Amino acid sequence: MDKSTIKYILKRLLIAAATLFVIVFVLFMILKLMPGTPFNDEKLTEAQKAAIYAAYGLDKPELEQFYIYITNMLKGDFGISYAIQRNMSVAGLVAPRIGISFSLGIGATLIGTIIGILLGIAAALNRNTIWDSIATIFAVIGVSIPSFVFCLLLLIAFGVKWPVLPVLYNASDPIRSSIIPMVALSMGVIANVARFTRSEMIEVLGSEYIQLAEAKGISYKHLILHHAIRNCLIPMITVLGPIIVGLMTGSMVIEKICGIPGLGSLLVKAIEVRDYNVILAVSFLYSVMYIVVMLVIDILYGIIDPRIRLGKGDRS
Amino acid sequence: MTKKKKILKIRDLDISFKTDNGEVKAVRGVDLDLHEGETIAIVGESGSGKSVTTKAVMGILASNGVINKGSIEFTYTDLSKERIAEVTQKYDGVIPEGYAKEEEIKTVDITQQSKKFIQSEIRGRRIAMVFQDPMTSLDPTMTIGKQVMEAMLFHYKIPKKEAYARAVQLLELVGITDAEKRMKNYPHQLSGGMRQRIVIAIALSCDPEILICDEPTTALDVTIQAKILELIKDIQKKKNLSVIYITHDLGVVAKVADFVNVMYAGRIIEKGSVNEIFYGPRHPYTWGLLASLPDVDTAGDELYTIPGTPPNLLKEIKGDAFAPRNPFALKIDEKIAPPMFEITPTHHVASWLAAPNAPKVEMPQDLKARIEKNRKEANW
Amino acid sequence: MAKLIKNQKDLDEFLQDYHYMPQDYELIDIPTRFEFDEDVPASSFLHDVWTQFKSNKGAIVGGIIILIFIVISFVAPMTSHYSFDAVDTAQQSMAPRIPGLTWMSWFNGEGGIRQYTGDLANVYHYFGTDVLGRDLWVRCWEGCRISLFVAGTAVLVNVFIGILYGMISGYFGGWVDSIMQRFQEIVNSIPTLVILTLLLLIMKPGLYTIIVALILTEWIGMARITRAQVLKIKELEFILASKTLGASGFFIIFKNVLPNIFGQIIIMAMFSIPNAIFYEAFLAMVGLGIPAPQASLGSLINDGFKTILVTPYQVVIPVVILGILMLSFNLLADGLRDAFDPKMKEM
Repeated sequence: MDKSTIKYILKRLLIAAATLFVIVFVLFMILKLMPGTPFNDEKLTEAQKAAIYAAYGLDKPELEQFYIYITNMLKGDFGISYAIQRNMSVAGLVAPRIGISFSLGIGATLIGTIIGILLGIAAALNRNTIWDSIATIFAVIGVSIPSFVFCLLLLIAFGVKWPVLPVLYNASDPIRSSIIPMVALSMGVIANVARFTRSEMIEVLGSEYIQLAEAKGISYKHLILHHAIRNCLIPMITVLGPIIVGLMTGSMVIEKICGIPGLGSLLVKAIEVRDYNVILAVSFLYSVMYIVVMLVIDILYGIIDPRIRLGKGDRS
Repeated sequence: MTKKKKILKIRDLDISFKTDNGEVKAVRGVDLDLHEGETIAIVGESGSGKSVTTKAVMGILASNGVINKGSIEFTYTDLSKERIAEVTQKYDGVIPEGYAKEEEIKTVDITQQSKKFIQSEIRGRRIAMVFQDPMTSLDPTMTIGKQVMEAMLFHYKIPKKEAYARAVQLLELVGITDAEKRMKNYPHQLSGGMRQRIVIAIALSCDPEILICDEPTTALDVTIQAKILELIKDIQKKKNLSVIYITHDLGVVAKVADFVNVMYAGRIIEKGSVNEIFYGPRHPYTWGLLASLPDVDTAGDELYTIPGTPPNLLKEIKGDAFAPRNPFALKIDEKIAPPMFEITPTHHVASWLAAPNAPKVEMPQDLKARIEKNRKEANW
Repeated sequence: MAKLIKNQKDLDEFLQDYHYMPQDYELIDIPTRFEFDEDVPASSFLHDVWTQFKSNKGAIVGGIIILIFIVISFVAPMTSHYSFDAVDTAQQSMAPRIPGLTWMSWFNGEGGIRQYTGDLANVYHYFGTDVLGRDLWVRCWEGCRISLFVAGTAVLVNVFIGILYGMISGYFGGWVDSIMQRFQEIVNSIPTLVILTLLLLIMKPGLYTIIVALILTEWIGMARITRAQVLKIKELEFILASKTLGASGFFIIFKNVLPNIFGQIIIMAMFSIPNAIFYEAFLAMVGLGIPAPQASLGSLINDGFKTILVTPYQVVIPVVILGILMLSFNLLADGLRDAFDPKMKEM
């Protein structure tokens, strides 16, 4: 890696950190300005309220509270939950759920990407045949229809009508319980990846360097494996960003539907009962994930594709 | 001129493409000959069928392309692995005269061969191609070295080390300095001229007998153009190559070609030696092409352009395809396509103006003056 | 090899089937000729777009389905004698019962949890009823209309804001542009779902809140396209010329930018409508939907989901409507994209 690459990465990291800081600040202030407090029980006397406020540090000025929050956050302390499980630390509430959400998301991404790439390549190589049409129709459906729709339909089919899989998440049987949500989540990934791979592959196959490689008299297999696929997979990295964002949104609903104890369902619950510290922490986590994914994709793309020189070119 | 071995003989080639809008008749009965060590040029506007003809020779027609009739006979020497190695080491890849035994010289009709045969025996190995745009014709994700070595590894199955050494030699041959270092570079790290040298090196990697150059210089700067043409000429001499140039640039043709074939709407409408075409053109289309060449004396004047556009090859063409754009069209042109008239044994023209009964039509005065001047300069 | 004509004899042979006429070798009159451009009929851009669009079956089907859905979503609530918020405790959770189809077990109203003892001869609910006995046929189409309204309004406002933002940013340039660009970058790097949940925490759930939330998500793309186009047009010389003549540069640029971004904006808008429909449903699913008794597709799905085990039809019907609607919009948008810019053609 040359100097300009490192400089570029550092710059991006700095921007990412600044953005995160802005996000936390905005989130924090919005939640502070919300009408009502978690402790507006009418039975509490003013003195009792003041005591609670003092205990939680809520009597200090907002900016000071923010400072305390940030410093604690850097130590891994996200405050305590007010409503979901009173006085439990948010970190303790969130931590066990991260793994569940992650394995679901990563599983769906992996399954979806692999199947999607294969489908896309198959469609491109058999262009204008029945296979291509089937893949195209499948891709349009997968791209258009949200994952929770698939999830609900699958639940009704395989949970209610022919009860072969559990409807609700069962912690003692995580694999079987994950099948429906994972399949539902990966539908969109498959469709997006297949669609992108197909069009990219068709473009690559029509390119001059493929013609030149073909003119060398190498075999078709070699041409596809060494020239075409490699060139069509590099830009794949760029679609992974939007796909992962889509998965984050989709998983929130799917976790709720299937009763999966993950981050998404926690956020939904926190919104319902207005547990601000939990909302803050989970939103922050989502933002971190999002920004990290975007950053990694951006940097990775620059490293993998020899054509792109980091730090140069237009990036608006 | 001594009679050389004929290595490519195209007869009555007819190619069409099936599209959603109907059948495009891209090549309509082309005859073409190429002799050993000779350079021919195929000249024409885009869509005239010049690229399609050579793609058929390479066996890389698009999947909707069909060869309806005609033949492409290719004569080559088929040596055993050991004898190839001998030629490479002793004779620098050039098969010396009389080296090949009679049974090693083979003639095949490319249109009748299987895809597999063309791919493994002909394309890239005995007939190689240099493409138009060096900026896009190299694989951006593969090092130069790998791309140069690929064809050798594939056709000759030589060890990687040997291929590497030969690739470095090739890069030096095409005038790339620091060849060892460049082997590890990616295409984007090189300039356009360098990339075109690499493309030439790739084409030469299996010591082909025919080199097809598809507009090899149009995408390059003028200063680099001349160098690349010079390079191809040089290598042609060293390797005893036969070269086909496809171009619309008559300037290039004048510099490199021995014989010129002018194509229009899928047909060859005039062919002859360079001097015959440049100093004694007979077809009004060739006049138009020559008149549209920029010239020192005419600089400042408006450049001549041939009126109209090429015909739609989706439609059946009645009579001479050029007639609608031809200011000297005869009535017979609209009824019946002109046959090839012989002017000299090497100079043929497909125009009714060459018929004995046709009115004597003179080429435009400007052009005549220009040709006269050039002819005097060239002392022909 | 085609016969080479070396002398008169060869030519006579070549022309033996042809009736030679003396005037054949005359030059054609020049003034009567040179009308060779008829091969390429002049066709306008919009005409090309339309021809291309027409040839796309998926897009046509999508467009027709959308039209049908829009019509039904207006007509169904009006013509039905049920009202979307009329609670009927006598007919709670009744499965679909369609006149003429009661012989089919799916459409006889007996698929629900309750067995109805009364006289059902004249009681029909095409899509069944919900837990409060409200007619789902009316509620589904009412919901469809509201979802479409939410999405349509949000996208319209987005187009407006996006163009305005891009125009201002591109036209003024300099520090204005940089600040606006940084702001856009920051907004862009916050996940949509975080923006949405936050906004809905601050504002009261309701139709217009959802619209505002949707507005915050899609304008950036439009702004980007507009800005790029403005920057391109600003470079053109005639703009400079008319500026020195005292014409209002902003207006001139606006007039020149609009036709250039027209296609892209339409395509983007068409793609953001299904997106907005999805986000509306998403918000409803996380409990931030439109409050009862009003209905949207999202809130219907959310309500129906609660009883998925006993009355699956309550969730299946709105889910299928949502799915078909989004699919149709995507097909239509795909068709439009291919029509406006064949180069962008994907799957």
